[in-house]
Amino acid sequence: MEYYTPESFNKASEIATNAQGITRFLAGGTDVLVQLRADMISPDVLIDIKNIPGAKEIECLADGSWRIGAAVTGAEMSEHSELKTQWPGLVEAMDLIGSTQIQGRATLVGNLCNGSPAADAVPAMMAADASVLVVGPNGTRELSVQDMPVSPGKTSLSKGEVISAVLIPARGKNGGDAYLRFIPRTEMDIAVVGCGVNLQTDGEIITEARLCLGAVTPTIRVVSEATKLLVGSKLDQGILDEIAKAASSASKPITDKRGTIEYRIEVAGVLAKRATKIAYDRARGLK
Amino acid sequence: MNKIHVSTTVNGDDTEFLCDPRETLLDCLRDELNLTGAKEGCGTGDCGACSVTLDDRLVCSCLVLGAEAEGKKIQTVEGIADGDQLHPLQKKFIEYAALQCGICTPGILVATKSLLEKNSNPTETEVRYWLAGNLCRCTGYDKIIRAIMDTATDMREAH
Amino acid sequence: MALDEQKTEGFKFVGTRPDRPDGLDKVTGRAKFGADMSAPGMLHGAILRSPHAHARIIKIDTSEAEALAGVKAIVTRADFSRNIDFAPGSKGATWSVLENVMANEKVLYDGHALAAVAATSQLIARDAIKLIKVEYEILPHVTDVDKAMAPGAPIIREGTADGSVPEGCHPNVVGYHNSGHGDVDAGFKEADLIIEDSFSTEATHQGYIEPHACLATLGQDGKGELWCTTQGHWEAQKICAALLDLETSQLRVTASEIGGGFGGKTTVFIEPVALALARKANRPVKLVMSRSEVFRATGPTASTSMDIKIGMKKDGTITAAQGTFRLQGGAFPGAPGEFTAMCAFAPYSLKNVNQIGYDVMSNRPKQAAYRAPGSPMAAFAVESIIDELCNRLDLDPFEVRLKNASRKGTKASFGPRFDDIGLVETLEAAKAHPHYSAPLKEGQGRGISCGFWFNFGGETSVTLALSLDGTAQISVGTPDVGGSRASIALMAAEELGIPYEHIRVTVADTATLGYNEISHGSRVTYASGLATIKAARDAIKKLCKRAAIKWDIPEEAVKWQDGCAVPSGPNAGDFDPIPIKKLTAKMGATGGPIVGHFEATPDGAGVSFATHIVDAEVDKETGKTSIIRYTVVQDAGKAIHPTYVEGQFQGGAAQGIGWALNEEYIYGEDGRLQNSGFLDYRIPLASDLPMIDTVIVEVPNPGHPYGVRGVGETSICPPLAAIANAVSAAAGVRLRQLPMSPPRILAALKAK
Repeated sequence: MEYYTPESFNKASEIATNAQGITRFLAGGTDVLVQLRADMISPDVLIDIKNIPGAKEIECLADGSWRIGAAVTGAEMSEHSELKTQWPGLVEAMDLIGSTQIQGRATLVGNLCNGSPAADAVPAMMAADASVLVVGPNGTRELSVQDMPVSPGKTSLSKGEVISAVLIPARGKNGGDAYLRFIPRTEMDIAVVGCGVNLQTDGEIITEARLCLGAVTPTIRVVSEATKLLVGSKLDQGILDEIAKAASSASKPITDKRGTIEYRIEVAGVLAKRATKIAYDRARGLK
Repeated sequence: MNKIHVSTTVNGDDTEFLCDPRETLLDCLRDELNLTGAKEGCGTGDCGACSVTLDDRLVCSCLVLGAEAEGKKIQTVEGIADGDQLHPLQKKFIEYAALQCGICTPGILVATKSLLEKNSNPTETEVRYWLAGNLCRCTGYDKIIRAIMDTATDMREAH
Repeated sequence: MALDEQKTEGFKFVGTRPDRPDGLDKVTGRAKFGADMSAPGMLHGAILRSPHAHARIIKIDTSEAEALAGVKAIVTRADFSRNIDFAPGSKGATWSVLENVMANEKVLYDGHALAAVAATSQLIARDAIKLIKVEYEILPHVTDVDKAMAPGAPIIREGTADGSVPEGCHPNVVGYHNSGHGDVDAGFKEADLIIEDSFSTEATHQGYIEPHACLATLGQDGKGELWCTTQGHWEAQKICAALLDLETSQLRVTASEIGGGFGGKTTVFIEPVALALARKANRPVKLVMSRSEVFRATGPTASTSMDIKIGMKKDGTITAAQGTFRLQGGAFPGAPGEFTAMCAFAPYSLKNVNQIGYDVMSNRPKQAAYRAPGSPMAAFAVESIIDELCNRLDLDPFEVRLKNASRKGTKASFGPRFDDIGLVETLEAAKAHPHYSAPLKEGQGRGISCGFWFNFGGETSVTLALSLDGTAQISVGTPDVGGSRASIALMAAEELGIPYEHIRVTVADTATLGYNEISHGSRVTYASGLATIKAARDAIKKLCKRAAIKWDIPEEAVKWQDGCAVPSGPNAGDFDPIPIKKLTAKMGATGGPIVGHFEATPDGAGVSFATHIVDAEVDKETGKTSIIRYTVVQDAGKAIHPTYVEGQFQGGAAQGIGWALNEEYIYGEDGRLQNSGFLDYRIPLASDLPMIDTVIVEVPNPGHPYGVRGVGETSICPPLAAIANAVSAAAGVRLRQLPMSPPRILAALKAK
């Protein structure tokens, strides 16, 4: 295995574009090293992006939006009080991944690119309408997180493309996000169901809404039915029950070692209700 | 065979070793540097027995490549005591029987020292959640948590 | 043992809480566990394992692996003894171990070893394994216990059943137990309420954090050294010698510090392989299991399917009890169907009782002991039904258990009459505990349960050597799995009258001490403790003899007191006490070195009972369970080091919590294990558990000089049932299948 530590994302992209065999980018390594040890992958080329200037920075830009470098760890995100105040759902989602030790290494970008249908950060990123900066052989482009998952384990990135940063929109006023997941223990498990919700309100009325489910579909996506139900409404018990039904209907899970189809469908509805309530209270400044 | 030459600092000492690119930091600590305090319990980042700090950040050394240690500062359980002076945590663990077989103890000590350096007054819940990634099969965690809470109190009062 | 030889109070050292002797090494990372040893010229081993649940091995081609640079030896079954024959039942025990260590004609479970490589680095060894080509003929498989007994089930191995199995059973049924007394049919007729129900538990793993690991050296001259993490190094010596055609005495086995065992390290898995590789390569070989290998190919406990029927009168008297317990133990005999059956009704004094146990084979790894093997599952089923009976008859669960409790003189469900036992004491202490009367919140439920374990004696040898300065060095042969070096030193200190700090306890290797049975059956504090006390008394006799010679009085006229030889009475003479160090300083000249020793197979291990109380909270929308409060009450006979006894209570309870709520072996349709890691084999985390309160009850065991009963195992017997009863109370619906994972609880709530 060849191990590289390029000093720019362009160089990283170049190495990947020209590499023969199996190539992996290395940020925190909390997925790549596990797969390497389990002989699930045997990379011929491993490209470590952590030394690239800017990769470890969290920046709030002039317009209030956020630029999070590809090598920023979950622990660093949790320690950033302003980011945490504005996007608590996103930060909590990332924070839920693994243990304190995993948090010391894991990254948003790694979680996204690993392509697991049960990724924790992704429903929250997608609900926040995040996008990524992609550096590739044909230059740099911005790509919505929504357009990244293709199938379990696979994203829409092509050979030679590498993400340099995650872009989070400005929070603005009267906005709130939340992420909840169901796991059987208190920590450490892969999500049996995950739900990220992001809302904008005007008084009691919801003006924008994105609800994303994790671990219940082959790819994580926005539940459009939930947006339709929420936008223009006040969040009362009736709407919450409808949200639960919509989430359950949008779930097309499998039965596996972590949960059954029936269970996931049921709990998707429960989490959708609970996460929506928290996001709503946050948007309205009640939490 | 192309080994990578790594220069790093371990427990305050300048250290060099050669490693295969696929070797983890845990492999290197144990097999190249003979620091067998960190243990491999799972190899997948689920048990925390391999915990070390990397530039003061608590990590699982089984999920870090040896090559990634280049230029970094690593602290292992062997570096917790100051010469023959045990850290208050180590003393309390012995006193409270916060260990039985002891295989998880190095990881828990490294993890806890890291916690107390960030938060000198953790609640029981904060301690338990900080240590969620450190599995213990012998103790049920009870005496470990008590030892940590009381050590934190002692350390605060000593200041 | 004469009662006047027993001491149950007035202790100076026993019952105190000094620091354990291995503490410093363990908190500094210095302690050496199985994988922490290395040797010059050492190679690294790796094992090729079957990806199929059941298949015939047609061909193994190792040529490509042999050609890989750095590979120094490859072994298959051909490199092991050909002098071990298959035999049915327990006579085939050694053959079973060999067959499990390295497959011969068939692979019998996902993970079964069939070849191994030694190479100059771990990475090369693992790469070499991938180059070994195997041709398999895949066979149908079965992993469920009831399916494995049913007509038409794939046959694991013909002719394995021992003579106990009734005619007409499927060949996969290899053991059968049927015991009891009275007339259960008549008893059921007397009952006002009979509850009959079925329960099942999935296989679980001991979950020790340290994978199996060893370092082996073996020459063509038949002399070998083995360093391994084990609960029983004489057992390892015996089996490895047999599997490699060695003279037992030529193989020296040293036990490392052990990173958890709980029964799972009472046998060998990789040690014979390391020795075979070492012999072939003529170099030391280090072999360490990965976590995935540990789950796939060591010894989980059995999965069970159980039918229980209990009849009770309105006043709470149990009139009859019947249980049938089916256990699968993997592809070999050994599932503890007999223990499950015998433990099931042990807490109850019954006129009419019958229990039947089956040992069944399936395409799963060879089971090993897991902390009171068989007992926790039985308790789960029986105590759940007792709970239901109490609910339906509106009776207090403690009153019912006290009314029917086994006491001294009770004819046990499994046959003998109980001697002094502490069940009633634990029930009363639990009932009086503030936990039992604490208020419960909405959504919470409380459950209690009793549990029982036999405890065990076993071959034991201890040597106590006195140093010139009057300090003592004790060699024991039982690996320290629970803090026993501290307890043993405390017992020796009590006898010798010298400080605890003046005693060093070492776990000796097989070459330096008489035979020792495995550290299992909760036997160490009991048996090594008893042997230590006897060895100390032996040394004391010799010390007294030296004083007698010095004083020129008969030996019987000298006694030992507070670390000194003193005249036994005013008639013996007026001499000043001689402290131990004065006697030892001169021992070379006064008769030679002074060493006390004791070897025996003590048979007075006392049984132990426990009662647990647990509060659980269930989220009815998701089925998620939290353990809110937990109290363990258990009879220890005599707690030599109370802190370590508490530790055993808490550890057993924690394992029980995991087993009850989340831990299970998950097999796919293809017979492959799906959760061979700590990610999806979910043991309790620090954040999952509350503090675990403990109450030590002491009803002395007449079979030990200080009344000690083993404590390590009984603590895992009540939790499955106590938690099932608490969860059933909280959720409002009875759970009959373990683990009570959230999907199962939610499904039960929806079905209500």
